[in-house]
Formats: sequence, C-alpha cells, structure tokens
Amino acid sequence: MALLARRNLFHDRIRFAVTLTGIVFALVLIIIQFGLFLGFTSTTSNNIDHSNADLWVVFHGVGYFDTSRAFSERKFYEVLATPGVLQAEKYIQGFTNWKRPDGRVENVQIIGFRPGSGLGEPWNLLEGQLADAKREDAVIVDDLYKEKLGVTKIGDRVEIANRRARVAGFTHGIRSFTTSPFIYTTFKNSLNYTNPTAKEGDLSYILVKAAPGVPAEELRRRLRNHVSDVDVYTTGEFSRKTRFYWMFTTGAGLAVLTAALMGLVVGVAVVAQTIYAATMDHIREYGTLKAMGATNAYLYRVLIEQAIWSAVLGYGLATIVAHFIVQGSEKGGAVILMPPAMQIGMLFLAIFMCVAAALVSINKVTRIDPAMVFRG
Amino acid sequence: MKQIGTEQEKPIIRARGLSKVYREGATDLRALSDVDLKIHAGQLTLLMGPSGSGKTTLLSILGCILRSSAGTLELLGEEVTALAEAELPRVRRETIGFVFQGFNLFPTLTAAENVALAMDVRGIRGQKARSRAEECLIQVGLKDRMRAYPADLSGGQKQRVAIARALAGNPPIVLADEPTAALDSTSGRAVIELLQSLAHRHNRAVVMVTHDPRVLSYGDRILHLEDGRLIREERPGGALGGSEVFGTLQGDEIASAGIAMHL
Repeated sequence: MALLARRNLFHDRIRFAVTLTGIVFALVLIIIQFGLFLGFTSTTSNNIDHSNADLWVVFHGVGYFDTSRAFSERKFYEVLATPGVLQAEKYIQGFTNWKRPDGRVENVQIIGFRPGSGLGEPWNLLEGQLADAKREDAVIVDDLYKEKLGVTKIGDRVEIANRRARVAGFTHGIRSFTTSPFIYTTFKNSLNYTNPTAKEGDLSYILVKAAPGVPAEELRRRLRNHVSDVDVYTTGEFSRKTRFYWMFTTGAGLAVLTAALMGLVVGVAVVAQTIYAATMDHIREYGTLKAMGATNAYLYRVLIEQAIWSAVLGYGLATIVAHFIVQGSEKGGAVILMPPAMQIGMLFLAIFMCVAAALVSINKVTRIDPAMVFRG
Repeated sequence: MKQIGTEQEKPIIRARGLSKVYREGATDLRALSDVDLKIHAGQLTLLMGPSGSGKTTLLSILGCILRSSAGTLELLGEEVTALAEAELPRVRRETIGFVFQGFNLFPTLTAAENVALAMDVRGIRGQKARSRAEECLIQVGLKDRMRAYPADLSGGQKQRVAIARALAGNPPIVLADEPTAALDSTSGRAVIELLQSLAHRHNRAVVMVTHDPRVLSYGDRILHLEDGRLIREERPGGALGGSEVFGTLQGDEIASAGIAMHL
C-alpha cells in the first residue's frame, strides 16, 4: 500500500511538480501572511513587552499604548507611596514631527524614559550607550529608519518639534506599527518635544515594579485603592489590549488573517485538483484493488499516504522559501515572524490541507464500481 | 488430462435462480435469467455466448463484484447473496482470484510488486509477501522478469503476471475474463494451459469467460449463455488437442508452457 501510494505519486513527475508547486505556493502565502500577523502583533506592543515593568498605570479609559492621555505628577507620587511598590518610573509617549537635515518632515513617536532606570528603556542598542541619552537633546533611533529619518550616524543633527536634537545611539529591530518611528529620549526632553506648553511633570504612563514577594495582582488591587482616576494593568494585560486594538479593532489583523485564509483555500483547491486528477488517472487500478478485495479503508490509506507525502515534501520546500523571505523582511519595516511553534503548526496545517484535499478523491474512490474492471 | 475434481464432491460454486435486472430509466433490462449452476474444484469451466448474453454479468456475480437481483449464490458453502455489502471484500480476498482481459496490472509497480500487492491487500507484507510473489512468478515461468515493469513485458507475460497475482492468495476459485482475447496464439496457449493446470493439478475451480474458439478444447465444461439464460452445456472431454488449435509451441513458449504444467 505504501509502495503503491509513493509510486503512483512520484511516477508522473510533471504532475507531482505541479502538485508541489501548488502546495509550496499556498504554504508560503500562509506563512507570510500569518508571519506578518505575528510580526505586526508583536510590533504593536513591543515597548510594553520590553518595559521590564510589572504594572502599567494609565489615565482612566486609555485602552492601548499609542493613545495615552497625560496626567499630573501627583499621581506618580501617590503610586510611589503605595505599599508594595519597589520602583515607579515616569514614561511618556506622544507623536510629533521630525525635520530631517534635508528639510523633509516625518512624523515620529517620542518615548520619554529615565535612562538607567531599567524600566521602559530601549533595547537592542547597536551603537552608542544608554547613558548618552542623558545628554541634552540626545535621542536614540532605530537603524531600520535611518533612511526615513535622514540620519546615518551618531552625532547627526535634526529638529524635533522645532527643537534641536542629536542622534546619540541606534537600536536595531524596534519597529513601529503606526509607521512613525520611535524616538527614545529622556523624560525631560520628551516633554519638550511632545508638548512644550505642558506643565512640568505631565506624563503618559507610570511603570511600576513590585517589591519582592508582592504579586502583581495584589499590587494592582492596592494601586486601584490608593490612586484615583487611573487604570492599572499588568504588563501582559496592557500588551494584549494594545495588540487586540490594532489587530482587530482597526481591521489590520483581519486583513492579513483573511489573506492567510485565502492561501489555505487556494492550497486546498490546488492540491485537491491535482490529487483528484491523479486519482482519476489511476481509477481503474483502484477498481482492480476493490475487485481484489481491498476495503475502502485500504484505498483511503493509499490516498491519505499520498496526501501526507505531498504535504511533507511541500512543507519542506515552503519552509526553505519562507526562510529566505523572513530573512529579507528583517531589513524592512514590516517583519515576518516564523517562530518554531508556527513552523510545527505549519507542518500540521500542510498535512491537514492535503488530507482535506484528498477527501474529494476519497469520495470518488468510495463510489467506484469494482465491476468496471470487466469493462474493456 | 487428469481431472482431480469430481462432481460427486460438494460444489465450490453453487448458484440457484440467479437473475440480474438493470434499470435504465423506465425500462428494465434483464441481463441474467434464472441461472442454476454447480461448479466443482478441479474443473476448467468456460462461459461462452454472443455479446450481451450475460457472460460478464454472471462472472461478476460469481466474483461477488455485482449483486444479483434474485437467486442465491454459495461459495464454499457460504451463501454470499445473504451477506452485507461490507462483507464481500473479505469473500473476494479469501476465495477468489481474478484474471482480466486487459491484465489490470499496476504500471508503476514491477511484476513482483504487482503480485506482492495482492498479499498486501490481505494484510501480508514484507519478506513474506515478497517471497510469495517470487514463488508465484516462478510458477508461471517469469523467474527472470520479476523486476520488470508491465510496460516492458509482452502481452503474454503481462497475463502470466496477472495469473500469478490471482494465485498469490491461494484462492480456491479463479475467475478469468477473456484472458486470451488480447494475446497471440502462442501466448494464448501458454495462458490457457496455465489456467487448465490450476484446475487440474491444483484442484481449483476455474471459470473463464471467452469468445476464443482456440481454447474450447481445454475446457472440461462449456456453458453456453444466450439472452441471459444458460441454454446448453458441453463437455468436450479433450476431443481436440490444444496443439491442434494453437499450433506447435516454440522456444520460450515451450519453456513457459512446461513450467505451467509443473505448477
């Protein structure tokens, strides 16, 4: 049975190449779309996920990272005074404009943090030191946006909201889902860049580290009791809310998931068509097997084994192709992620896709009249 | 010719009142009418008749491939007409070997693999299946062609592979549908002698549908069908020698015919 399945599958090499092409095309499409979805999702919450904070204190009603409302410094001290708080840091995010050395203006997203605090700092620093960000007008940008921001090296001078700024460092791989690059600077600088008329101390978020032995949930309860007009989220919770907002409320995620689903449908259709055509080519052989006493289950196994062979080989080729695409995406603004769990999932999806496609043929084989073997 | 089976023994195939009606729109087409039949082990039975006389329909019913509209059929004492559809593949596996006019070999498998497939269908795999396949191919004189694909075999060799495949499960009944029709006289003779040998030397019940007048002398019984009815039975009793009809065998054909005689 296994031999027949393999021989029938590999015998017509052109047909098999077409089958494999269909599977590879569908799988690469699915991998890219699903990888984009994961990449986008990860990008929307990357500042939260890398904040190293246990809790995020936000203005009441703020549902996701990029839409913060400023609240007064008094709240910061109320948080600090709450039992169980080991550390609290002021944090700002806000949109403003960036004037490149050549005069062109780009939108950017300012992130204000306290260098050396360990909370809310940029990560993956490629050039420069975090401490350099303490200097007046110093900013850290990501090297993926060098061209967009018109900078090439540390020391390049630009204007942010009509104020001087100087590049003090480059990170690598911190992407922005909103297409406005993140600009990391000190809390004080960020106030000047985002809202020069704001009262000193206005802030977007308070990042909190719980004291050892104090569970985040318990500290959240205490903060809710001690500080009014704020919402308190665990880091994971705020990350999920932000991801959900961008991926599903805006429809961005649905668009890529729909494309991934389309890939699946195209894949099933292509594989079903080729397996069906191959089955029809061998229909007399299946009739002969039935006449010889093969059960329907025996014939199913032949077809399913062919489907699994197609899936595994198609998956192998698709993974190689996708690997190069994923590598290429690392240099662009939209990263495609292909974590190991997804790779394993894709193998099962490929098998599911091909077996589902084979069901069309199985239905046909079940209905074969074995008496056909006596018809010339 | 030695005849092992005798009609005093219990028949291997027993049919009573077998009928088959096909419905085509509002019309009923009667392909087989009230056929009574007893076939014993050790007999080569030929089914003859003009096109549309019901030969293939009868063979299909005897092979449990087609269900009769009326009547009963017993194979080795088991009433197969009373069995559920799902039971019939088992009966075919355990009881019947088929030989087809068009050979029906699997083109992607070698001769040995084609025969081993019949074992695979019976759940026997690996070395045991391979050994049995080789044994059957040696029996039909294809020792040197085991690794050949059907496309590389002559018509006669293909049919011998098909016979080897039919023998693989050691069935007591062999049903052959015009096995010599597509063959030249030499290959045809080798095949009919193989089938005769299966009946006479190995005590199998061999039923063969044929239009081929060259094979008449090999049959122990000739059943004539017309318009779906069994109208006449002949017992040639070796009145004509095979070589008188097929001519004298030469070279390889002598070898294969000889092997067939030593099955």
